Parts: sequence; C-alpha cells; structure tokens
Amino acid sequence: MDLENQKRVKELSDQYGAENVIIVLGAAESEAAGLAAETVTAGDPTFAGPLTGVSLGLRAYHICEDEMKSEVAEQVYEDQVSMMEMVLDVDSIKKEMSAIRSEHCKF
Amino acid sequence: MLKGAKVVVIGDRDGIPGPAIEECVRSAGAEVVFSSTECFV
Amino acid sequence: MNSVIQATGYILAHTPDMLVHNGTTQTAERAANPQSEYLQQMPRYLRNYQQAIEYLPNQTYIGNLTPEQLAQIDQPWYDKKAEGAVRFGKFGEIMPQDEFLLLMQSCDVFDLVWLSKTFVECTKPRLSSHPLIGEDILSKIKDGVEQESVERYVHVEHAEPLYHLGELVGFVKRAHDVDINLSAHVMLENLVSKATSVLALLHLIHRAGIDKSAVSYVIDCSEEACGDMNQRGGGNFAKAAAETAGLTNATGCDIRAFCAAPAHALILAASLVSAGTHQNVVVTAGGCTAKLGMNGKDHVKKGIPLLEDVLGGFAVLVSKNDGVNPEIDTFLSGRHTVGTGSSPQAVITALVTEPLDRGGLKITDIDKYSVEMQNPDITKPAGAGDVPLSNYKMIAALAVKRGEIERDEIGAFVEKHGMVGWAPTQGHIPSGVPYLGFACDEILQGKISRAMIIGKGSLFLGRMTNLFDGVSFVLRKNTGAQEECAASEQQIRSMIAKAMREFAENMMREQR
Repeated sequence: MDLENQKRVKELSDQYGAENVIIVLGAAESEAAGLAAETVTAGDPTFAGPLTGVSLGLRAYHICEDEMKSEVAEQVYEDQVSMMEMVLDVDSIKKEMSAIRSEHCKF
Repeated sequence: MLKGAKVVVIGDRDGIPGPAIEECVRSAGAEVVFSSTECFV
Repeated sequence: MNSVIQATGYILAHTPDMLVHNGTTQTAERAANPQSEYLQQMPRYLRNYQQAIEYLPNQTYIGNLTPEQLAQIDQPWYDKKAEGAVRFGKFGEIMPQDEFLLLMQSCDVFDLVWLSKTFVECTKPRLSSHPLIGEDILSKIKDGVEQESVERYVHVEHAEPLYHLGELVGFVKRAHDVDINLSAHVMLENLVSKATSVLALLHLIHRAGIDKSAVSYVIDCSEEACGDMNQRGGGNFAKAAAETAGLTNATGCDIRAFCAAPAHALILAASLVSAGTHQNVVVTAGGCTAKLGMNGKDHVKKGIPLLEDVLGGFAVLVSKNDGVNPEIDTFLSGRHTVGTGSSPQAVITALVTEPLDRGGLKITDIDKYSVEMQNPDITKPAGAGDVPLSNYKMIAALAVKRGEIERDEIGAFVEKHGMVGWAPTQGHIPSGVPYLGFACDEILQGKISRAMIIGKGSLFLGRMTNLFDGVSFVLRKNTGAQEECAASEQQIRSMIAKAMREFAENMMREQR
C-alpha cells in the first residue's frame, strides 16, 4: 500500500480508535486486496511503510464482498460497482479477504 | 456494520476507484474519513 | 476533412544502470533502507542488452513481432526468447545504454552532460555507424573528461552520476546552484526524456520518408516538466527535441494529462490538421527514468528478471488527408468529463459507447480496442493483474449491460477485439498509442477497418483533483473522403451562390 496512505490509516486509527474504523478496498486483484488488508491488520508485509511492524487489526473489506454489498443502497451499488462484478474475480477476492480477516482482524 | 462507522476508502484505478466506493458506503450511512485511489501502473 | 496517420516510430533504450540509480523504487529504498536485501540482490536480476533485445514484448514494441504473434506464445515471456532477434525493427530500435548516454550528451545544449574520455573513445565509433544519426548530432559529442574530474563532480559538485555496467562513466551537472527545478536529478530526467523523444523522431522521419522541413508543429506528451523555479513546468520539450532532430521549420508545445496525454495530443494534432492550421503535425514522447524498476521488489522476490529496464519513446506523424492512410475520426471521440463520475461503467460509457452511439455504431463494430497496453509479464507478478485484459473485460461487460453481447460471450469478445499487452510500464508510453503502428498496417492491409484508441490518466496522483481522466478516438480506413469532400465543398459553394442570387433577386423585387 502507498506509503502516504499507510500514514493516514495509522493516524485515523489513532484518532478514532481502531475499533471504529473500517477499511473498504476496491482492488482489481485478489493479491493486491490481500496485501492491502494484511497491511492494515498485521502490518506492512513489504517492510516499506509506516505500518511496518504495526498490527492495527482493523476490519477490512472489499466493496464487492457480501458484507458491504448488502448494506449499500441497491441502485448506488448497481451504478457504481455492478459492472465490475463481471470483470473482477470476485470469488478469489472474497476468499483472500476472509482468510486475512480471520487470521489478523482484532474486531 | 457501515452505519455510523468511520470508513477509510482505498480504491484502485483499475478496480473500483475511491469516489465510487465513497458513494456506496455513504449510502449505507458511513462517514468517509479518508479516501484515496491507488494506481499500480 | 479528417487527418491521417502517415507514419509512426517506436524506440526503446535499454538502461539497466539507470534502473539501479534513477528508478524511484530503488532511490526510495536506498534512502530508507540502504542495507536492504532487495538492493543487495538486485544486481543479479538485471538483464544484459542481448537479453533485452531477445525479450518478446520488446521485439513487439519495435514492430518485429505482431501482437497477434506475441499472443500465440504462452506467458510468462521472460523465460523465453525471440530467436534471431535484432536491434532494429520495422518501427524503430532498441538502443544500448552506452550509445544512449552519448545521444543524451548530444541533446544537451548547456554543457551539463559529461562523459569520461575512455568511455567516449570506446562508444563513439559504434554510435557513428548508426544509420540515422548524422554529423549534426555526432558533432555535439564532446571528447570526454578525465576520470578524476568525473569523481569530483559526483562527490563534490552535486552532479548526478551516470553509470554503465556498474562503472561510473560520467555525470549530469546541476544547471543552477539553488534552483531545485534545475537540479542535477531533474536535468538528468529531462535530458533522458528529450533524448528518447529525439530518437523516436529520427525513426519517424525516416519511416515517413518526408523532408524534415515539412513538419510545422510538434506536440510532446510525456510526463516530465521542464522549467526553472519561477515556472516549474514552463516547457517546452517538443521544440527542444525538434531542434536536435533537425525539424527546423517546426514549433510546438507540451501537452500534459498523465497517461492520457498521448490520446489528447493525437486528437489535438488531428484537429490542427483538419482545421488547416498545419499540414504535418508530429506527436512525440520520450521515456521516464523514475519508472524504471517500479515493480522491481516484486520481481526480485519472485525470482524473475528486472523487466522494467527499458525507456520507451514514440512519435506519430499526423498529416493532411492523402486519401490512402488511416483517418483519425475526431467525430468519434470520447471524453471523460468533470461530471462523468468515477464508476468504471460511467468511465467506459464516456470513452467508448458515447462516441460510438454518436456514429450509430455498436461496441462490436470496432475491430480492435487499444487500451493501456501494459505488458502483463511485468504487472502480473507485482499483483497488479493484466491491465489490458481487465480493460477489455470492462468494455465487454458494458456490452453485456447494453444487451449487445451475452454474458458468456465476454471471453470471446476479449479474444476478438482485444490484444495482449507488450509495452513497458512507462506510464504514457503504453497508453493506447503502442498499437498505432500495427493498426495502420492492419487497416491498410484490409485486415481491420476500425480501431479505437483509448487513453486514461490518473490525475489524482498530482493531488490537484480527485478526478480521473480519459479520452478516445477512432482510427479508421480511409474512405477517400478527400474527393468526396472536395465535391461537397463545391456543392456548398454553388448552394451559397444560389442562395445569394435568390436573396438579391428578392431584395430587388421588394425595392421595386
């Protein structure tokens, strides 16, 4: 994850309390989604950014996951995201995200 | 889960961009506290 | 009247030492973690010049292999080689680093680039035998300085070092003591951009077979900025490169729009020619040192070579309609506007279906779409996926939403209307334009009749807006519009004459 974004995530987690913050991702690939999720839960796996060695354990979801989709207004989801369900490998993203959450998420 | 939550959006230019995710989570009653779009190329 | 694409030129420069010393992934790592494992392992993963030449996507970029032929070869491509591959191709060449450093010096008019004596002596004879580099350029190469002088400038005078095969062979001086926009780092980046653009221009002019003086306007669409502390992006790469390339009759300007800039520039060039303002406009761009080795960490981690070791450049000649060459149809041009929104379906609608609807065309009426033709060999191991493939899927998904194809036809659509990516991850270089050379050939051969060129840009990276950007246009078979247009012009003239006559007669009648 971009270093500046890592910095902001850390600041916001400190400011609002990790239990109140949810990270919502839009990654095109399951690998990238997994890396971002790992960064905001276990810490930066690339050892490059401010979240290196910092395990925030935040809740992280991809916008295409059912937990998110079910809460978003139907028409908004249709207009903003639905077409990408035909493009992205949603199943593999779901699998990757839930694996990371069950291992590293603290909330 | 989203209602009243502080949401950080990390979009992807080649996936779902940040502003599109913002619209989604706001419709679910979340507060977007930061939004960014990443570009891998 | 639509303009035409008369010729294209595509070049690469293999610069592994610039990857090590100037790519931002590496410079950032060196600043944050100088002892990192990545930096230590990196040298073992660099490719030599022969390997860069034999790399299948590079051969495709210079036109020796078609995208269709490349697609026949199973990925990954980094473990295969193009047998009998050569430096020069149908569209241009892959220049080795040592010759490129000399070319860079010849592009410098402020005595900023200095090379060691032995390096120049050893390299100049080879550059002298280059078929397109004449005495005008060779005469600007200096004899070279002593090695001690090189060391001193690098260690004492804040010069940016230039390496070849790990050896310090020269430097780029800063152009001002305090102005950061003229620092050695910026000057190196800008001179590299200029030199790659010049090389692309030389190949373009050669391929077009026109007199250099016939070009009256040049548009640079790279992603660098040149200027001083009072005008950071003052410009102008276009005119600077045109000067070195000998386009004495040209002026020009720089167009910036991140990776979307080449498509913007081509639409502008086409409009300038259509309007009759200019007859021959060249769109050009050089390469970017910062992006060298951008995904290097992932490549090394996965044990694959550092594939982002080439700088890219291209040049396109847009000319008055000759009744033969493929036309740029600016009527079928799409644009992502401020109000479009950022959802992928809104973006693809704006760029693809809005212009097609205007022309009464369906998504499937375009034979080939040229999107961001990023080489998947580079992006996939970095977790960024296959960029062109996902773009094609987006277009197909929109076609499904519009009921133009069935959902189970997405794969077939992608195969038929898409291509595999072959361009290096140099930002603007892969963006729509790498296909133009092939598209012109395929249209002239009657293999396809319409291609859509799409440029997209991540404006938000500049932190001035959260918006994304994109524009598109259609390249199509020449319809012989030249004659049609001439005829209709005559018709219009006679219609006007008739109307004037009638008007005059009416006036006279009324006066009576």
